[in-house]
This record gives sequence, structure tokens and C-alpha cells, in this order.
Amino acid sequence: MPDRVIVTPQARALVRRLRAHYGKLLFHLSGGCCEGSAPMCFRQSDFRVGARDVLLGAIDDTPFYVGAAQFPYWAYSELTVDVTTGGGDSFSLEAPDGVRFVVRSRLFTDEEAASLPAVGSGAPA
Amino acid sequence: MPDGATRAETATTRLRTRYDNFIGGAWKAPVKGRYFTDRSPIDGSTLCEIARSDAADVDAALDAAHAARKRWGNTSPAERARLLNVIADRIDANLELLATVETRDNGKPIRETMAADVPLSADHFRYFAACIRAEEGTIGEIDHDTIAYHFREPMGVVGQIIPWNFPLLMASWKMAPALAAGNCVVIKPASDTPMSMAVLMDIVGDVLPEGVLNVVFGHGAEVGTPLARSPRINKIAFTGETTTGRQIMQYAAETIIPQTMELGGKSPNIFFADVMDHDDAFLDKALEGFALFAFNKGEVCTCPSRALVQESIFDKFIEKAVARVARIKVGDPLDPATQMGAQCSQGQMEKILGYIDVGRQEGAKCLTGGERAHPGGKCEGGFYVQPTVFYGHNKMRVFQEEIFGPVLSVTTFKDLDDAIAIGNDTIYGLGAGVWSRNINNCYRVGREIEAGRVWTNCYHVYPAHAAFGGYKQSGFGRETHKLILDHYQQTKNLLVSYSPNALGLF
Repeated sequence: MPDRVIVTPQARALVRRLRAHYGKLLFHLSGGCCEGSAPMCFRQSDFRVGARDVLLGAIDDTPFYVGAAQFPYWAYSELTVDVTTGGGDSFSLEAPDGVRFVVRSRLFTDEEAASLPAVGSGAPA
Repeated sequence: MPDGATRAETATTRLRTRYDNFIGGAWKAPVKGRYFTDRSPIDGSTLCEIARSDAADVDAALDAAHAARKRWGNTSPAERARLLNVIADRIDANLELLATVETRDNGKPIRETMAADVPLSADHFRYFAACIRAEEGTIGEIDHDTIAYHFREPMGVVGQIIPWNFPLLMASWKMAPALAAGNCVVIKPASDTPMSMAVLMDIVGDVLPEGVLNVVFGHGAEVGTPLARSPRINKIAFTGETTTGRQIMQYAAETIIPQTMELGGKSPNIFFADVMDHDDAFLDKALEGFALFAFNKGEVCTCPSRALVQESIFDKFIEKAVARVARIKVGDPLDPATQMGAQCSQGQMEKILGYIDVGRQEGAKCLTGGERAHPGGKCEGGFYVQPTVFYGHNKMRVFQEEIFGPVLSVTTFKDLDDAIAIGNDTIYGLGAGVWSRNINNCYRVGREIEAGRVWTNCYHVYPAHAAFGGYKQSGFGRETHKLILDHYQQTKNLLVSYSPNALGLF
């Protein structure tokens, strides 16, 4: 069964570093202008996940969400979470260190799409 | 009395290599003594160092704002207006300096900053100076002895978070009405583009009484969060993306303060067949309207990033339109001939190129562009993308997600109802454009499209005296136009009885 969210070693290492520093985290994939479409990394205590937010996957114990309105458009994409340098004035926790999380998309093949796991919703337990 | 206008103009219009925060009328080093490097997306060169602030600096700015709050709120509208006009005059007097800084920091063409960003910034201060002088409360006669007076009062101290796509203009959109209405401001410029606001404070920092306008530089997580979460702000205004918008609304829910949110769009630009009825100036204007997705390299919340072309003219129209796009001159934005400059950052460029890749994977047909641009010379160190036009259908991701770059997605429609349906098939509703020689088409589309502004036979015009803001997930509240004063004011009702007699209840 294909994962909707995969992660590069660099991004995983950064998530682990932020996790050790800040405690429990979550990702929420943004939309709209400026840093839209970037995954925002927040402390779980700093962002209330909505009942309709869609849980796409996780990086270790860090859940990865997208808003319900955006989900239909991301439903058939495999997202690779990576890190790049330079730019991004987001509220995301990594930004002050001069790096930013990014997602790269690959559309699932028809076979993969047919076997995609169901998504969950709501806040982390 | 606040009388900045009679003081000598600030002498320092040269650029500095390091900028602190502007708090309480003076430059203050960040409490932790940290700075970050601001670079130009034109060539990757270093522009300056900027204060990397945190919660302690936000607190200092809030202290200063609260100390100034009562006096500024009680300053007469005429005096507040006079000082805003001084700021406008100083911006105009430093047009070239500010435009150059803005272009170097953001990458947008100098011809745009000289003609739009900077002059419009000055004009917004003048506009709200005029509005506040002309504003009146109301008196309602409830009955012969009972009168309802309505006064407009400032909110108090407001927080404002500015995006990086129009650093000076978006700051002016937010500062001018807030200050005109008698509020004190703590403002956070975007960390990608802080320099024009820093230079502006060198130019106008002496105009307002100390503490009325405070600028705290730094990153969203370190400055934006403590500002938005503070129980000492009475209102928060934000322009940016949806997740952070939601986060700020959650903070505002904790402190029960009002917000305005501008969160982006995926604006349709609708071209009816009759635009090609004649080969004339109007057709030329419409073709320019098609190409306006490249304005500010597409880094505009209202970018007309979806073009809907009536199918009966599609082949003829798209041939001319794509040719127009292919002529756009991409290069060094400091060159006055350049029409499209550098994307704001490497990360932004990578995101745009990622979406171009998504469009190809989805099967959208690339009609022009589709690659990173390499203008050569010093610009090789910068972040450029070719103006790109895709042909596809409205369910594709490149039609639904805001790319915030020079990427246009084109599709066709059959008739007026189809145009409206496709135009509204988006989660956003910030802007739209409609082009037709038929006023009924224009009016019907204009009324049926769920968006805050429908440009009709024009696009990307931003006068102060026209309201701007979103429907749906583009946010709420309005900016520009005098009605935004409502967002920065409380309504005080005095309900007065002039009767000497008891009610007779007890």
C-alpha cells in the first residue's frame, strides 16, 4: 500500500531535531499565497487541528495534515517532504534557522491510486 | 503636541548595513543581540543585516505602543491627517531610493516599484488622511427625549503581519488606516523582505509621536507568534497563507480580538468571444490583461492565474495571447526595460518549478515557458522562472492551488453560465477578471462570481478608493477604501435620555 507522505533523510533529521527541541509537533499543509503549499511545522500546543482536517500520514510520531478543502486536490499525489535553504517567512518552526520544509509531488499511478489507504481526520490522540 | 512635520527631515537616507528594531521612536537593538542576513533574489548578494527579534522585543514594542496609545487616540483627526500627509510627502520625496530598495530586496521590476509600489504607498497615506478628516459619527433620534450618539473610537494597539510580495505597499495598506483611526501599531515585516520598511523608518521615523508606530523584524515563529498571541493587542491583521491564518485566528479566539485575514486566491480571468470582434485597442488591452499573470512575477494574491477563454475564439485568441506572453522580458529587475524580475527567494522558485512539474504530470499542455530562466551575467545567482502557460482543465492541481508564480492555467468555456461555474469552481474568492464588449456579460459575471473584487475590462489596478478582500477561503475583512476604517475602530454608542421623568417601572 503506497504511503501518501514520504520523507527525505535530511527532512527526517530536521524533524527529529525540532522534535527534541520543541516537543510534540505536527505538520499542516498550507494553501493560499506566500508560503502556500508549504508544510507548516508547529508545536502541537500551537495549532488546534480541526475535526475536518485530513491526516495524510506521519513522520515518525509527527502527524501530517491537510485542510479538508484542499484535500481533494492532494488526494492523488505522493508528497515527499524535503528541506531546502533560502527564503520563506513562515510561522513554521524551522524557518528561523534559514531552512524550510518543502513538498514535492508525484501523481500516483492508477494502480497505486486504487490501493491508497483511507485517510483519517481530527486531532492527534 | 505631536509635531514631527516641523522638525528637520531625517538626514539618514543612505542605506545602512545593519538595521535594528524601531521601537518607541528610536532604533533599538534586539534584546538577544541576534541578526539575520537579508539577501537579494536578483543575484543572491547580501543587502544588510536585520534584527532577529523574539518575544522580548515584541513586549518592548507593545510597551511603547501602550504608552503612546491614549495620547495618539486623543490627537485630533486633523493633526493625525496632517502627519500622515507628511509621511506621504516623504515617501514621494524618496521615490527612487525606496523603489530601488524594494526591487533589490523582492526582485520585482524597478518599473513596477517606481510606478506602483512606492507611489501607491504614499497615496494610501493621503487617502486615509482625507478619510479620517471627513469622517463623522451619527445621531439617531430614538424618540423625542432619547438620542443615540455613535462615536468612532480607535481599537487601541493593533498587530499587523506583512507579506513579502509587496513589502512596502502591503505595510502601507495596513498602517495608514490603523494610524488614521488613532491606533498605535506593532508591525512585523516579512523576514524575506524587511529592508524597505527599515529604510522607510529612517525616512519617516521622526514624524509620528514616539511609540505610535513600532517595527519589529524577525521570523514568523519568533516574532509573529508572540505578537499574534499577545493579550495586549486589540486587533490582528494578517496577509499570508491559510494554515498560518488559521493559527492566528486560533490565537485571536483565545484573546477574543477581531482579525482581518487575506489568504490568497486562484483568480479567474474570463475572456468572452466578443473581445475578438475587432482588431483594435480593446483587443490589445484584453491581451495585455491575459499576460498580467506575470505582474510581480505572479507573486500576487490576486494573480489572474486561471484564464477562461470562450471556446469559439480559443485558437485565434490563444495564438495572439501566448505570443504576447513569450515577448515578456525576463531579467535584471533593476533594468528599467525588464518586465519580469526574480522570484522572491530560492524556496519560492523551487515551489513554482515543482508546480510546473505537477502540471506536466497531470497532462497539462505547456504552451510557452515551463523552465527556470537564466538571464545571464550577475543574475545567474538569482531565482528566475520563465512566464509559463498551461492548457488543461479546471480540476487539475495547477488550476486549483495557488502557485504564487508566473504560471497561468488556461481552459475554455462554452457560454456565460459555464464561465461562471468554472470561475467559481475554486476554494478561493479574492479576485476575478472579466473581458467583454457586452455590458450584460460583464455585469452578470461580475455579480455571480464569488470574489471580493471583479476587475471588469481591466486587471491589477489597486486604487485606494476601492475595497479589496476575499470571499471563501481567501479570508475576510476588507483593505483599502474608507470602509476598512471600520476594522480599526470601535463603535461607541451613547444612549442619552433628555427626559426628567422616571421610567415608572419601580
